[in-house]
Amino acid sequence: MGRIVLNRDKCKACYLCIDACPNKVLGADENVNALGYYPMAVNHPEKCVGCAICARVCPDIAIEKVYR
Amino acid sequence: MEQLVYKKPDSIRDDFKISFCPGCDHGLAVKLVAEVLDELGVREKTIGIASVGCSVFSYDFFNVDIVESPHGRSLAVATGVKRSKPDKVVFTYQGDGDLASIGLGETIHAMTRGEKVTAICINNTTYGMTGGQAGPTTLIGQVTTTTTQGRKVEISGYPLKVCEILKEVDGTAFVARVTLDNPAAIINAKKCIKKAFEAQLKGLGTGFVEILATCPTNWKMTPQEAHARVRGEMSEVFKPGIYKDKVSE
Repeated sequence: MGRIVLNRDKCKACYLCIDACPNKVLGADENVNALGYYPMAVNHPEKCVGCAICARVCPDIAIEKVYR
Repeated sequence: MEQLVYKKPDSIRDDFKISFCPGCDHGLAVKLVAEVLDELGVREKTIGIASVGCSVFSYDFFNVDIVESPHGRSLAVATGVKRSKPDKVVFTYQGDGDLASIGLGETIHAMTRGEKVTAICINNTTYGMTGGQAGPTTLIGQVTTTTTQGRKVEISGYPLKVCEILKEVDGTAFVARVTLDNPAAIINAKKCIKKAFEAQLKGLGTGFVEILATCPTNWKMTPQEAHARVRGEMSEVFKPGIYKDKVSE
């Protein structure tokens, strides 16, 4: 079981993390953030294994911490 | 008990503001350099040299001292900084328009002198900040704002391959070309950047890493399509790999 700490207002909605996530945990949010983008959202937190691949591929350092 | 497996590198400022476009590989490259500075434990004694281009805002995210240099002269400035403060770790963070076009003379001469610095070059085959003009690394047939019919050999020649040139320069200790298009490539890129810093720390010569990066805005692609281009036509012309490695010898 893993957990990520997302800074919603840093996300610029490139969605590279959604493509990279091996367990399809992530999706897009329905509400905009402070920058005006639809940020990434953790849709299936129960599937997260804390591999931190999403954090490694994030160009905006929006995923600040990953716990396992 | 939860265990922390990843956190924002300490070499990125706490109040950082990544000013790049969505999906731009610049952010990844910045993060990898910061992670390497953390792992080597040299953040406190590192001086970065920012160039002109999208990398100009380096002081907004690197948690180290940054010197801004004139266009293309980053490695000349780095030479001065390193020679006056030899105990510091000095790196330059440049784009291809800066390192390979306007500053090619400074680049080759600094490396010929074997300056003990590290140079990171972001190659995105275009001048990103100024609006996507053709650069020295623009691929043949690539449409930019200054090659609207695609780059033609008879008019503007061939793309410049920096790694192939710099591996022949005697002063370089580590020369590699990496991509950032998938998680495995990102881990490999980090290893190469670390070696480029080790080349400097061991006093072997200049460490150089060319990163094949995306520019989704000026390529007019989604971040995913841009990564597919890096994997495809860009990697065919600019072949990723380690070209020179005196660090492991």
